[in-house]
Amino acid sequence: MEQVFFFYFAVVIAATSVLVVALRNPIYSTLALLIMFFHVAGLYVTLHAEFLAAVQIIVYAGAILVLYLFVVMLLNLKQDVRYHRQWPMAAAVGVILVIEAVVLTAMKGWTTPAVAAGTETAIAGAGNTEAIGDVLYTTYLFPFEVASVILLVAMIGAIILAKKDIGEREA
Amino acid sequence: MSLYGTDLLALLPELIIVSTACLVIALDPITPASRRDLLAWLSVGALALCLGLTGLQISGENVRVSAFSDLVAIDAYARFWKVLLYGVTGITIVLSLPYLKAERIHLGEYYGFILLALSGMLVMVSAVDLLTIYLGTELMSISLYVMAGLNRSKPRSLEASAKYFVLGAFSSGILLYGISLLYGLAGSTKLALIAGAIGTRGTDDPLVLIATILIAVGFGFKLAAVPFHMWTPDVYEGAPTSVTAFMAVAAKAASFAAFIRVFVEGLGGLKADWSIMFLLISIVTLLLGNVVAIVQTNIKRMLAYSSIVHAGYALIGFVAAGRGDSLSGGAPGLASVMMYLAIYSFMTLGAFAVIGMLRKGGVEGEEIEDFTGLAKRQPVAAFFMLIFMASLAGIPPTAGFIAKFYVFMAAVDAGMAWLAALALIFAAVSAYYYMRVVMVMYMRDPNPSSIAPPRLATSPALSFVLACAVAGVILFGLFPNPLVSFALQSVLTLK
Repeated sequence: MEQVFFFYFAVVIAATSVLVVALRNPIYSTLALLIMFFHVAGLYVTLHAEFLAAVQIIVYAGAILVLYLFVVMLLNLKQDVRYHRQWPMAAAVGVILVIEAVVLTAMKGWTTPAVAAGTETAIAGAGNTEAIGDVLYTTYLFPFEVASVILLVAMIGAIILAKKDIGEREA
Repeated sequence: MSLYGTDLLALLPELIIVSTACLVIALDPITPASRRDLLAWLSVGALALCLGLTGLQISGENVRVSAFSDLVAIDAYARFWKVLLYGVTGITIVLSLPYLKAERIHLGEYYGFILLALSGMLVMVSAVDLLTIYLGTELMSISLYVMAGLNRSKPRSLEASAKYFVLGAFSSGILLYGISLLYGLAGSTKLALIAGAIGTRGTDDPLVLIATILIAVGFGFKLAAVPFHMWTPDVYEGAPTSVTAFMAVAAKAASFAAFIRVFVEGLGGLKADWSIMFLLISIVTLLLGNVVAIVQTNIKRMLAYSSIVHAGYALIGFVAAGRGDSLSGGAPGLASVMMYLAIYSFMTLGAFAVIGMLRKGGVEGEEIEDFTGLAKRQPVAAFFMLIFMASLAGIPPTAGFIAKFYVFMAAVDAGMAWLAALALIFAAVSAYYYMRVVMVMYMRDPNPSSIAPPRLATSPALSFVLACAVAGVILFGLFPNPLVSFALQSVLTLK
């Protein structure tokens, strides 16, 4: 049963991802992206990562996608200037890479992935959200703080690049 | 786990850098435009303080102090790169001052962003965990995307920023994909645990190989190695020259530092596989970079290809380290890479400083033609450029020669004399385009009909720093031993 769900989500994610780049109308592309985000959230649910699934929908489908839609509508993109002449070559390289991956897999066979020590007991004991919060503010405190500096940089950077007068002529 | 004071103390330099960056950005609105120099000197002061602190942190050569649940390591390897990065950042700030004023983009935020990018690099060089390394890379890259677009009135600068951002985001995605596969394999993002998991699973696992390839591609973008170099010429040409200098030197050094740590500590078990991969990459990089550099007419583009080529030379030392019998046998190879990057940093910074100084009328003189007859008009600047170009070409007795010598020696010791010979031929090719700049400066007379003769935008501090760089390039060329032993000691803490 789990496999059925996995393959359903995986196929829809792959198909909608292709549609995002293949569709000619940018609005349709964005909507295909929305469907993809929902199915990724579904994939998280099958992995018992309910918190991530909720965040995926709130942040990606709720916030980021709306932003994309706004930008796409504001820019009023022309529909035909999207493909360049590189695409036959890109397709050829892509096909070669896929064949290579399939051959590699068939030759060696995949091994089962490892689960981080203590993950399952932590989730069973404290629940998803609490377990994430626990490691985020203890074990992974340092990367968490680095991420907060990244957000600061992104915010100031956006202001500098977009603000009309940043005092450059005074100097 | 609770937060210990020792953890914070271990990261004191990083904390100081980030706090100074915030302070600079906060002070900028209340600083009069005429006194913005103070913000630059405040940043340089913070760098000097951190340099001292980082030097004090290491008690012994083989000691590694881990902080924040083993995500960060304070060791001699990180110290080597940190010292280099502080120096490079300080020089960049000094050379930025007159350049930014001449370009009329003297913003206080600029210094804040340089320090924030530096803090990302510091995280990259000391992290021993893939997630932390990735976040450090992003912190560095996002700061650089903004800095590349700082000259907002020029479309070229904005184009450089956008191009760098899109390709950088793309490469981060690939890197992250590789990291996620390794996490799936090992159940942890810590390099030591990943190395253990690869040890128990064997190196034939396709998952391991695919993850290695993806991570190599992700780092290939950051190092600007062929075939992941496409962004380099456009970004280096479009970005303000002081930012280009910082990107070509500091970003490359920090990327190499993280790259070496990931591949030696985390993926060391696969060195037979990755050394072949990087062997091919380095040969292609040397071939394409040198050939395309010859036809460039813009000196910033030429130096962009030169920076691609130098990544290729540094990779030779890395390949040699991978071919050694044991990783400790690879120590001379790794040390040669570190030394190569240290020397490359100073000569490239020097060259960019001279380019940034040269003005043609109101605009920057960045065509190679603009250097025509510079020796007659500005003999000192032309002489400095001559030294930097000779060093980049690897002509003795400059430091550039020593850097190439040790890398080639490492290749010969690893039984790849043919690779050293091939690289030597490419070095001869590269002399052509470096020496062309010298030829234009010294052999041609200044064009009397030109309306706007070249002049220099400089400052006493910049002249002093340039003189030090020239002295360094020659002194390390004559007495390389201190640098060699420093690099060799630093590499020992890599596990």
